[in-house]
Amino acid sequence: MDPKLVPLIVIGIYLLLLLGLGFASNLFFRGTSKDYFIASRSIGPFMLLMSIFGTTMTAFAMVGSTGKAFTTGIGTYGLMASWSGLVHSAVFFLVGIKLWAIGKRHGYVTQIEYFRARFESPALGYLLFPLLIGFVVPYLLIGLLGAAASVRGLTLGAFPEVFAASNGAIPTWLTCLVISAVVLTYVFWGGVRGAVWANTFQTIVFMATGVIAFVMIAKAMGGMTAASAATLANAPELLAREGKVGHMEFLTYCLIPLSVGMFPHIFQHWLTARSAKAFRLTCIAHPIFIMILWVPCILMGIWAAGMSLQVPNPNAVLGKLVADLVHSPVLSGLVMAGVLAAIMSSLDSQFMCVGTMFTENIMVPLFGRQRFSDRQIIWLARMFIVLVVTVTYLLTLFPPRHIFDLGVWCFSGFASLFPLVFAAVYWRRATKAGAIGSVLVTAIVWTALFLRDQSLKASGSGAEALVFGMLPVVVIFGCSLVTLVVVSLLTQPPTKETIEKFFPAELKGLPNRYEQRCCNP
Amino acid sequence: MKRRFVWAAAVVLAVLHHDFWWWDDRTLVLGVLPIGLAYHMAFSVAAGLLWWFASYHAWPHDIEEFAAGGAKPAADPQPAGNGEAREWTPNSSR
Repeated sequence: MDPKLVPLIVIGIYLLLLLGLGFASNLFFRGTSKDYFIASRSIGPFMLLMSIFGTTMTAFAMVGSTGKAFTTGIGTYGLMASWSGLVHSAVFFLVGIKLWAIGKRHGYVTQIEYFRARFESPALGYLLFPLLIGFVVPYLLIGLLGAAASVRGLTLGAFPEVFAASNGAIPTWLTCLVISAVVLTYVFWGGVRGAVWANTFQTIVFMATGVIAFVMIAKAMGGMTAASAATLANAPELLAREGKVGHMEFLTYCLIPLSVGMFPHIFQHWLTARSAKAFRLTCIAHPIFIMILWVPCILMGIWAAGMSLQVPNPNAVLGKLVADLVHSPVLSGLVMAGVLAAIMSSLDSQFMCVGTMFTENIMVPLFGRQRFSDRQIIWLARMFIVLVVTVTYLLTLFPPRHIFDLGVWCFSGFASLFPLVFAAVYWRRATKAGAIGSVLVTAIVWTALFLRDQSLKASGSGAEALVFGMLPVVVIFGCSLVTLVVVSLLTQPPTKETIEKFFPAELKGLPNRYEQRCCNP
Repeated sequence: MKRRFVWAAAVVLAVLHHDFWWWDDRTLVLGVLPIGLAYHMAFSVAAGLLWWFASYHAWPHDIEEFAAGGAKPAADPQPAGNGEAREWTPNSSR
C-alpha cells in the first residue's frame, strides 16, 4: 500500500467512528425538543467534563500552541494555559452552576432566553443575537479552514494527477465538505447528546495523540534532556519570557478566559448537566487537563526551535516534527485525527448552539411557541443547523480577508460581555438599560479597536494591537463594565417579581434579601 | 468561612501567576523543564487543588433544591405535543 494513503485511511476510520457514535446517540433520543437541545439534562460528570473541555479546546491547543511556543517560548503557557486553568474553573463554579440551576428551574435552553427574562427585555435578546452569532461564525470558519490547512499540509504532493491545482494536496473545498458533512450528520440526528458523545470520544483522541506524539518525538530527539539542552544552546531566549512577552500583556491576558462565561455553546453544555454536582469534576480536572494537553505541545515547540527546524509558518511545526522525526504514516494519521478531533469537538457544539438560538430566540418568540408542536421545533432546529452548516461551508470557499485575525478578536468580544452575565447572576440592581447599554458599548468599542488594528496592519507598521501595552480586551471590558454599572444605577431598578424570581431567598450565595429601596414594588 | 478562604486563595493564586522573579531565568529543572514552565505547571496543579477544595468544602448545597424547587412536574412533553410549558415568554411580558 502507498504509505501516503495510510494517514488518510486512519482519518477515514476515525470519521466513520464519529458517524457511528452519532447514530448510536440517536438510539437514546427521546423525541422531545428538550432532549434534542439539552439532552434532557441527563449528562453525568465524566461526559460533562469531556464535552466542555473538548469544546473549549480548539485546534490552537495542539497546532497553535506548538507554533506559538516555537516563536514566543514558554510564556505561551502562562499567557493562555495556566490563566485558563484558574479562570475557566472559577467561571464554571461561580456562573456555570448558578445558570444551570436557574435554567433548570425556569426551563431555559439558551442564554438569550435567560437574559430576556432576567432583564425583562425582548429587545436585549434581539440585540444580543446578531452579536453572539457575529462572534461565533468566524470561529466556525476558522475551524473548517484550519482543518483544511492541516489536511493540505499532510497530503501535499500525494495526488498530483487528481488535484493538480492544489499541488497534489486534498483541496480546501473537499476537506471542508467532508468535515461539515460528518459534523452535520451526527449533530442532525443526535442533537446535543450526539455532540456530547462525539466530544467525549474526540477529547480522548486528541489528548492521547498529543501525548503519543510527544513521547515519540522526544525519543527521536535523543530524550527530553538532550532536546532541552539543544534549546538551551541554540534558542535560549525561548526558555524565559524576557523580550518575548510584556508584563502588562502577561497580566491582562487574565481577562481572555472570561470569554467562556459568555460562549453560547458552553452555556448549552452547562444545561445538559444531570445535577449541580456533575460540575465538580469539570471544575477540578479542567486545569489539570489543560496542563496535560499544553505542556507537551509547548515543549515540542521550543525543542523544534532548538533543532532549528525549518517551517513555512509556525502552525506547521507539529506536523513537520512528526513527519521528519517519527517517519510513521500511522502516527501522522493519528496526529492529524487528533487535530481534526480538537477542531470538530468545538465545531459541533457551535453548529448546535447556532441552530438552537435561531429556533428558540428568533422563530419561537416571533411566531409563538403555541404555533409549533414539539416535533416541529426539533425539525426547525435541524433545518437551521443544515442552513448554518451550508452557509458556513459556502463562506469557506470565499473566506473573508483577515479571518484568522478576527478569531482572536472574537475571544475579546465574548470576554467583554462577561460583566453582563456576572451582573445578571449576582447583582440585583443590574437593569435592562444597563444591560442594553453595556452590549451596545461593547459592540462599538470592539469595532473601533478592531478597525484600528486593521488599519495598523494595512499601514505595514507591524505594530501589535496592544493599547498602552495591554490587550484591547482590557479597554472593551472596562467600557462594558462601567456602562453596565453607571447606567444601572441611574435607571429604574428591576421589578420585585423579577428580583424574587432570580434572587430567591432560599438560595444562599446570592444576594437574597429583597430591599424596597433597591427595586420597584 | 470556607467560601471566603476559597476566594482569598483564588486571589492569591491570581497574584502568584505573575512570577516576575523567573522572568529571565533559563534554569532547566531536572535538565528538562524550563523553571518558568515548571512553575506554571505547579500553578495548574494548585488551581486543580483549589477547585477540589471549593467543590467539596465550599459547595453551594442549596443549589440543587433551588433548581428543583420552582420546577413544574418533570415529565417531558409528548413528542407530538405543544412543547414544554415555560414560566415566561417574550410575548407574555410585552
